[in-house]
Amino acid sequence: MEKTSPQEPARLEIENISVGYNGTPVLQDVTFHIPHGARVAVVGPNGAGKSTLFKALVGLLPLRSGQIFIHEMALGHHLDCVAYVPQRSEVDWRFPVTVADVVMMGRFGSMNWFQAPGRIDHQVVRTSLQQMGIADLADRSISDMSGGQQQRVFLARALAQQPHIFLMDEPFTGVDSSTQEATLQLLDHLRQQNVTVLISTHDLTLAATRFDSILLLNKTLLAFGPPQEVLTQENLKQAFGTHVLDMENGAMLVDDCCPPEMEHYHGSSMEAE
Amino acid sequence: MNWLLEPLQYAFMLRGLLAALLVGILCAIMGTYVVIRGMAFLGDAMAHAILPGVAIAYLLQGNLLLGALFAAVLIALGIGIFSKGGMVKEDTAIGILFAAALALGVALISSIQTYAVDLSHILFGNILGVSTSDLWLTAGLGFCVLLVVAVNFKQFMVISFDPVLAATLRLPAELLRNLMLLLLAVTVVVSLQTVGVSLAVAMLVTPAAAAYLLTRRLFPMMLVSAFIGASSSLIGLYLSYYLNIVSGSAIVLTATGIFLVVFLFNPRQGVLRRRS
Repeated sequence: MEKTSPQEPARLEIENISVGYNGTPVLQDVTFHIPHGARVAVVGPNGAGKSTLFKALVGLLPLRSGQIFIHEMALGHHLDCVAYVPQRSEVDWRFPVTVADVVMMGRFGSMNWFQAPGRIDHQVVRTSLQQMGIADLADRSISDMSGGQQQRVFLARALAQQPHIFLMDEPFTGVDSSTQEATLQLLDHLRQQNVTVLISTHDLTLAATRFDSILLLNKTLLAFGPPQEVLTQENLKQAFGTHVLDMENGAMLVDDCCPPEMEHYHGSSMEAE
Repeated sequence: MNWLLEPLQYAFMLRGLLAALLVGILCAIMGTYVVIRGMAFLGDAMAHAILPGVAIAYLLQGNLLLGALFAAVLIALGIGIFSKGGMVKEDTAIGILFAAALALGVALISSIQTYAVDLSHILFGNILGVSTSDLWLTAGLGFCVLLVVAVNFKQFMVISFDPVLAATLRLPAELLRNLMLLLLAVTVVVSLQTVGVSLAVAMLVTPAAAAYLLTRRLFPMMLVSAFIGASSSLIGLYLSYYLNIVSGSAIVLTATGIFLVVFLFNPRQGVLRRRS
C-alpha cells in the first residue's frame, strides 16, 4: 500500500459543505483548508456539528452540498487514507474477538476481498498495539477491556489503517489518565509520521497548548487559525453564548459540559489576550 | 461395538445419519452468525415462513426442498424490502411476514387430503425418508453456503462487529446483509428434513450458544459449534433409534443437553465453576 502521496501540496480541502440528518442541516456552508501534517483541534459547544463534520469526512453522512477534496481528489478516491475513531464506539462488546483481531480489522482496507492477513499486517498490528501500550492485552477478549482500554484498542486499529488523515472524536473525554497520556504520545508519533490529525475536544487549554490551529465551530465555521487568533473573547462568546462568563480581571470562563451521556462535568478557563 | 453398527446396516439409516451430520455442521456454522448478530427470531421466522413453499411444491408434486428454498428466498428479500430505510422496524417486518407465510402454509396444507402425516413430517422432519438425491442436494447446498462464508469471512465479521468501520471501508453492507439472509434461508431449508421447521431454530442457536461460552474468537467458535452440532446429530440419531422417539426431537434435546453441561461446567464462566 502506498504510504504518502507524492502530490504536493497534499491537503484536506472542505469547500462549502452542508451536512445534516433529516431536517435542517447541522453544518452549513463550511469551508476550510488544512495542510498535510497539521494538527487541528475542533472546538465548539454541544451540538455544534463536530461529530457531524467527522462523519461527513469519512463518508458516513452524505453531503447536502459542497465538496470534500483529499489530496486534490474528491472524497471516495482515497478510501483507506482516512481513519476515524468515534467518541464511543457503538460495537457489541461481547462479540467473540480478541484485541488483536479488532486491530487487524484496520488492515482489511488494504487487503483485497479474498486475502488473508500476511506477515506485514501482523507486524503493523503488533507495532500499533505497542504504540498504544496494550501489546500485552493482544490475546485478551475485547469484553475484558475497561473503558480506557477499549478506547486504546480503537486508536490502535485506526493507527493500523496507516491513514494520511486521522480523526478522533473527543478522545480525552471520560477516559483514565494513562489513556490520555497514551493518546498524547500517539499525537507526537503521528506528527513524526506527518499524518494530518483532527481532534474534537472540550478542553480549551489542551486545544490552545497542543495544537497548531483551532477550528471553532457552531453550525457554521466561526474561526480557523492559530490558537491565539481564534480564542478571542469575541469568538468564544459567539461560539459558546451564555456559557461564557466575563471575569473582572479580564479573564473569561467557558463552562461547557461534556456531551450529555457523560456524567461528569468540567470547565476550562482561558486568559483572553 | 455392535450396537453402533447395527443401525447402519439399513441404507435409510445410513442416509439419515449422513444428512443429520451435514445439517448439524451447516446449521452450527451459520448459527454462529445468528447468535452473535442476535438473529434468533429471524431464524425461527424463516423456518416457519417456508411452509407455503413446501405446501405448493407438494401440491405440484415438485421437489419439496426446492419449493422451500424458493419461499425462503422470497421471505428474505421481503424482509429486506420492508425494513429498508427504516420504514418498518426489521423485527416488525419479520413478525408480519412470518405469521402471514405460516398462515398461508397451514391453509394450503389443510387442503391436502392426508395432511396430518405430511404436516408432521414438515413440522418435525423425516430424517429416515431422506433419498439419495436429497442427500446430494443437501451436500451441494451446504458446500455452497460454506464456500460463501469462507470467501466473505472478513467482511461478515466487520459488518457484524462494527458497522461504522464497514462504512468507512466502503464495504457494501446492505448487499452483505442480504447475502447473509440468503445463506440463512438456504441453511434453514436444508435443516427441514432432519428436524423440521419447528425445531430448526434450535439447530441454529443451541450449538453456537454453547460454543460461544467455550471460545473467545470467531473462527474457533465456528469450529466448536460445528463439532457440537455434528455430535448432537450423531448422538441424537442413535437415541432416536434405540429409544424409538422422533429423530428431530432427539437431536435437539441432545444439543440442549450439551448446552446445559457447558453452561454449568465450562472452565471460563460456568455457573457452577464460578460459585466455587
